[in-house]
Amino acid sequence: MKKLTLATAALALMASGALADDVVRMGTEGAYPPFNFINDNNELEGFEIDLGNAMCERAGLTCEWVLNDWDTIIPNLVAGNYDTIIAGMSITEARQEVISFTQNYKEPDPSRYAALIGTDPSVIDNGVIATQSNTVQAGYVAETDADLLEFPTPDETIAAVRAGEADAVLADGDFLRPIVEESSDLEFIGEPMHIGGGVGMGLRQSDDELRATFDAVISEMKEDGSLNELLIEWFGEDTPTF
Amino acid sequence: MFEFCADPSILPDWQWFACYLTSGTHLAFYRSFFVVMLLLAIVAPLALGMGLLGALALRSSFAPVNLLGRGYVNLIRGVPDIVFFLFVPIALGQGIEWVLHQINCPDWDQPVRQGNDFIVCREAKMPPVGASAWARNVYAFSMACVAFALVFGAFVANTLYGAMRAVPHAQVETAEAYGMTRAQAFRRVVLPQMWIFALPGLSNIWQILIKATPLLFLLGIQDVVFWARELGGAKTSL
Repeated sequence: MKKLTLATAALALMASGALADDVVRMGTEGAYPPFNFINDNNELEGFEIDLGNAMCERAGLTCEWVLNDWDTIIPNLVAGNYDTIIAGMSITEARQEVISFTQNYKEPDPSRYAALIGTDPSVIDNGVIATQSNTVQAGYVAETDADLLEFPTPDETIAAVRAGEADAVLADGDFLRPIVEESSDLEFIGEPMHIGGGVGMGLRQSDDELRATFDAVISEMKEDGSLNELLIEWFGEDTPTF
Repeated sequence: MFEFCADPSILPDWQWFACYLTSGTHLAFYRSFFVVMLLLAIVAPLALGMGLLGALALRSSFAPVNLLGRGYVNLIRGVPDIVFFLFVPIALGQGIEWVLHQINCPDWDQPVRQGNDFIVCREAKMPPVGASAWARNVYAFSMACVAFALVFGAFVANTLYGAMRAVPHAQVETAEAYGMTRAQAFRRVVLPQMWIFALPGLSNIWQILIKATPLLFLLGIQDVVFWARELGGAKTSL
């Protein structure tokens, strides 16, 4: 029976391969739970993986996931190593000069500061703040009086706070929440604040057709509520929905 | 991997560790060691070849070849490795696509560079459209090998050049007195004797090459560093 299913699946794959258009390669970071991460079985998982697969299914596209480091994620898109970025990337003007975005598939999530329990909230203004490099949060801290300490991965920013290297970390609330809730030594300080626009999918500026396809699918998913279901599944009941 | 791993929370220690150390990510981590060793096995001879060519160019009395050799060696030794590792695979990849584009799509009317985007026709894509993920990995890995061979070839070239000059000149003169041509004297006298002078330098470069393999990670190859970071990262219950 199993063999039969496999054979059918293989046949279906071959048939669709002959009919379907080119494979759309989706670039992601794989290190930013709950947006995208690698699970224990060495598979990609997360909100954006589910969303991406759902979008490709609706659009009738064959999609393939590609892992890429955050720092070089835009140059590799522009160079054509993959066709989309779907990695929790906020839509900002500076990025729009280089790549184009679909409409947002997630409302802007407030950024939060997290620090060791008992830290004085004044460190937000005059302490050392850790962020991931090339993020909206890094841009924000650079404008304040606090000292900016950048790290290539989000994980290292948390480690820096625990090690006392930085006074606090500034990151997306969605990323920090599970970490703060499950650790005994961290807490949120200061007020949540909106820094970036919503999160959207990045594409090459010349790829108008593909952008239109994904835009249409996102609109469709916003209307029939399937996007909200995914948002609640991964970010909890309190997350802003469409 | 093991059947008793269905619910690790109830397992005694050693079985729990057996499950943990054979998870998908750990298996990928073990595999990455072989990736690095494969890279070393491929790059070492390639870099030696590049180095030999570079050293011959440095010795050449024909000015353009000599200049080319000196340019290659000094440019690469002078520029930080990391710049080359980012530059070579992207530039080489785009170069290949551009050449294929010129050959396959002569009647393409749009520019290849549109703003920031690099766009070639469908037939010119490298790896070809529809290539399997495995083929793409092999392609990326070969690009990495080329980048390593280019960079380390420059260091090897300088070492070999020095070693060739260290062979006592009297040896060459004697060979020529026996009626050998310059090429024969080089092949039969200089080349075999220079290795003894080159070995200390080459062993240095070999060690540096081993230590430079984490740069693979920059090229998007999942090497030991990638998995060490992945496995060492903080985990939540997600």
